[in-house]
Amino acid sequence: MKRLTTGFLAVWLVTASAFAAIGSHEFDNPQDEQRFKALIAELRCLVCQNQNLADSNAELAQDLREQVYTMIQQGATDQEIIDYMVNRYGDFVLYRPPFKATTAALWIGPFVILAGGVLVAVVYVRRRRRAPPAVTDEAELNRARQLLNDDETKPS
Amino acid sequence: MWRYLLPLGLFIGLVALLAVGLGLNPREVPSPFIGKPAPQFTLPRLHRPEATVSPADFRGQVWLLNVWASWCASCRVEHPVFNALARRQEVILVGLNYKDQRNDALQWLAELGDPYTVTAMDADGKVGIDWGVYGVPETFVIDKRGIIRLKHTGPVTREVLRDEILPLVRELKKEPA
Repeated sequence: MKRLTTGFLAVWLVTASAFAAIGSHEFDNPQDEQRFKALIAELRCLVCQNQNLADSNAELAQDLREQVYTMIQQGATDQEIIDYMVNRYGDFVLYRPPFKATTAALWIGPFVILAGGVLVAVVYVRRRRRAPPAVTDEAELNRARQLLNDDETKPS
Repeated sequence: MWRYLLPLGLFIGLVALLAVGLGLNPREVPSPFIGKPAPQFTLPRLHRPEATVSPADFRGQVWLLNVWASWCASCRVEHPVFNALARRQEVILVGLNYKDQRNDALQWLAELGDPYTVTAMDADGKVGIDWGVYGVPETFVIDKRGIIRLKHTGPVTREVLRDEILPLVRELKKEPA
């Protein structure tokens, strides 16, 4: 148990210091800090591909955070910083890639599939509604009604 | 009949789509550099830090840039392939020593052999960012006009060298400078 606690403590210390590393940038004004945070949340870490630059502690992510910070300090606009990254790493670096021919399937695909599903559901429901009742025999229906009535009148 | 064939067909289509997706390598990020001029740099040489090396030095020649580091395990795997390439003297091989300590890098080359015509030192990784490096090793093929024509991410195997890199190098050598 004690070993376990020590282990947890070690993990916590390591992650805590990692977050500390991210928070160590100083800015001239709150707007710049806001931009920095927004940008590193939008940009993907190329090494650990399902993390953004803000979350990743890979060396490259640290370097790229540093690059974003430096560019903000030099007065670059958000668009300039994004262009800088895209020129080097491609659209892949953006968590929200731009809409163009190569990314059309990515943006429209889910809606096409959704529309297909809705279409299938509508057709299915309509067909069922139009279908005649399954039991047409008058005698059978009477028996069914009787069974239902019996159930209701029976003391429970 | 359609009742059964249509869902089955859709299912097979979905399985095929997922199978192709699973077979792709997610680390192969398409490089925006293919067909674009190689980013410039001027870096100190590993063996003679007082001298520099720059892509402009290789204008008019077909050359490879191999990004490596002594801390990179995959670089060790691909190194014998480059040693063999160097013995054939078919193409200029430039090393970019990425985020490394000079002594570690020198020792690494002394131990494993030095296939590089020249090695540039990118100690802070700034040039690596300019070249869009996101994982060592990476290898670029640059043509006579200084245009990047191929990028290979991950260790270069004998097969990659034989089937992709060398055929391209031979083609590019025929192009006018």
